[in-house]
Amino acid sequence: MLASQIGYYSLIIGLFFSILIIPISIINLNNTKIIDIKIFHISFLQLLFVFISFGGLVISFVNSDFSNETVYSNSHTTKPLFYKISGTWGNHEGSLLLWLMILTLFIFLFLIKTKNQPKKYRILTLLFQQTIIIGFFLFVLTTSNPFNYLLPIPNEGLGLNPILQDPALAIHPPILYLGYVGSSIIFSGSLAGLVHGYISREWAKHIKAWILASWIFLTIGIMLGSIWAYYELGWGGFWFWDPVENISLMPWLCLTALLHCILVLEKKESLVSWTVILSIATFTLSMCGTFLVRSGILNSIHTFANDPSRGIFILTFLFILVIMSLVIFFLFSKDENKKNKKTYFLSKEISILINNWFIMYFLSVVLIGTVYPIFLEVLTDEKISIGPPFFNKLIIPFLIIFLIFMSIGPNLHWVKFKALKIKLEFFILFIISILISFLILKSAGSKNLVNSLLISTSFYLLFITIKDFFAKDFFNYSQKLSHFGFSLLVLSILLNSIFSSEVITNLRVGENIVFKNEIIYFDSTEKKDNINYKSIIGNFRIEDNKKNSTYLKPELRVYNQPVTITSEADIKTSLFSDKFLVMNLVKGNDYFNVRYQVKPFMIWIWLSVLIMSTGGILSFYKRKYEK
Amino acid sequence: MKNKTLLILILLFFAFCFVVFLKGLKTSNIYIPETTLNKDLAVFASKDFFTGDQISFDEIFVNSEFYILNIWASWCLPCKKEHKFLMQLSKNKSIKLIGLNYKDKRKNAQKFIGKLGNPYSAIFTDEDGTISIKLGAYGIPETYVIDKNRKIIKKIIGPLNKKLLKEVSLIIR
Repeated sequence: MLASQIGYYSLIIGLFFSILIIPISIINLNNTKIIDIKIFHISFLQLLFVFISFGGLVISFVNSDFSNETVYSNSHTTKPLFYKISGTWGNHEGSLLLWLMILTLFIFLFLIKTKNQPKKYRILTLLFQQTIIIGFFLFVLTTSNPFNYLLPIPNEGLGLNPILQDPALAIHPPILYLGYVGSSIIFSGSLAGLVHGYISREWAKHIKAWILASWIFLTIGIMLGSIWAYYELGWGGFWFWDPVENISLMPWLCLTALLHCILVLEKKESLVSWTVILSIATFTLSMCGTFLVRSGILNSIHTFANDPSRGIFILTFLFILVIMSLVIFFLFSKDENKKNKKTYFLSKEISILINNWFIMYFLSVVLIGTVYPIFLEVLTDEKISIGPPFFNKLIIPFLIIFLIFMSIGPNLHWVKFKALKIKLEFFILFIISILISFLILKSAGSKNLVNSLLISTSFYLLFITIKDFFAKDFFNYSQKLSHFGFSLLVLSILLNSIFSSEVITNLRVGENIVFKNEIIYFDSTEKKDNINYKSIIGNFRIEDNKKNSTYLKPELRVYNQPVTITSEADIKTSLFSDKFLVMNLVKGNDYFNVRYQVKPFMIWIWLSVLIMSTGGILSFYKRKYEK
Repeated sequence: MKNKTLLILILLFFAFCFVVFLKGLKTSNIYIPETTLNKDLAVFASKDFFTGDQISFDEIFVNSEFYILNIWASWCLPCKKEHKFLMQLSKNKSIKLIGLNYKDKRKNAQKFIGKLGNPYSAIFTDEDGTISIKLGAYGIPETYVIDKNRKIIKKIIGPLNKKLLKEVSLIIR
């Protein structure tokens, strides 16, 4: 009770400080040469009070203080401590408080990390960032206060949705938020740079760190969400083109484009406007994501807040930000100077520009696929659902060309058009990739031209990046690693989708079924009582034709608070394939519905994403080295 | 000049998006599993809230065109919010509004009714929550619209609001 009181009041004090920063920085903008030390102090206080407030909520959750409405509706005394803590951000109110905390943390870090940047630019960034922070403060306090008080105090809470009780999901939101919120700094920084006329090489160098950091967090955050979907939802896949997945993918695509674009700005000081537009778009898309998820306008597994007033607030706030940035963009953007504008067709910047066009194309496909149902329903009252076939059809053909450009692009030079020496090895590698893809598809018995093209091009990219590792100039290894990771990702997704096989059947204890060269035995079931759920465990044995047995134990869990039945798949992961088994109750029968899947290269999907983000992390060390 | 027109066009485009999203927000998106609809209401019996006597299902669900069954508790904040809509509904003569008091302390519940008014023509008590489970309730508050054949024709999960009230009054017209 005390903790949530403290939390509530420190939130209000935090708002007071964040408003206080604005007049002080406006005065400071023209007065002195250096930033007033007061700004640092207040910014720190703002962070401190939001931190205390968040701590208050965590303590309320840990103590199961049901006088707090948020705790009451999302927690339960029998929940393990770990999930009590992660329950803090497993709900709408708490996750917004977390968002706010990261916002204030990032602006404080920005202030202390940018000592070498012009004073005006720093203050302007602070001002833009404070606008966002105040917006979120008001949003939390007016429409989603996490510290609402309940009287009489209920004895027991309603519990956290069991499918959210998973370690991957416990850290998925904070990491994703770090990425989202990092893009807010890029947004404020680019607007400030525009107003101050500071979009230049130096700016690009400094903002690149923020872009990289948000990109890494967003990449890992999306991966964790996808791991969770694979292990917990038991649908036997890792990506479903669900609106909420798309929403996290859109800022990622935009950020990836920006990451490449900023290189051109850093090296050549061109593409200024385009960089600014991308920076604005990235943050807008992140905000748009929050809007679509939190308002309940989309039907998805993630919509746990169904309150239109919240939706209207975020929507208005989002459009105020969009209009503000548009007006600033049109007022302050200058025509790019035409000097050193001469570019050659086969140069690095052109290949980056082409990469940007492709990413923009993918982005618009995802965007249209996600918001089109909303537009259609409002305009014509017709309900449709856009599924994977739409995305696959529109993305895959262009992915082939994209992969080819990706293999060639990094080997081109800046500006100079060195007559591209047609190297023999490029051809040899290309022929090898085609041969491999032919062999693979032949063994799978598939005759799909698109698949074979995709496999050959992704193998090609893989070989080129591996070859580049052994190139003499051991330079830019972060980029090489990331591209290598990406080619591995495309390849493992492809092989996974081509070679996956499954069987769905109803089995009773003691029965077995033959599937390809394996036999699935359903040996027995056992019952177990845990603190907050009861479970039925099925013992399955899978025997292949060499008499090797694998044991799988899928579970059915009956949670007591709230009463929910979830089925936990059991997955045996090996280097080359995953065995996935999930069972469900068949009503009024002693049969169980069993789904068994063999999914090759699953672990490579996660690994390749990790390799990609490792490439990003390495690039921080490279930056230090360059200095 | 060209810049200005471009800016205005873009702003108009965003304004259009804004309006679409705003309208999209207002269309109800609450998903009702179809299987629960058009099913017979589960038969149950329980204690009367006021007298404490055992009353049966057949005693209460008679002599009306429509019944509305509302699950509530005094400790449930959203119930408090939806109460004024229930009071409005109770003025309608063609329906019988029946309450089901869920896992509540008698004293608190009586205080709740005494303070905010009693819209129900009868109240069952559900001390251990088993009746609500039988009914297939997701949580409280929850409201069922039931026709004279005791079939569920609408199920509202969560508190009532103006819009839902309108929908209900359209159904029972």
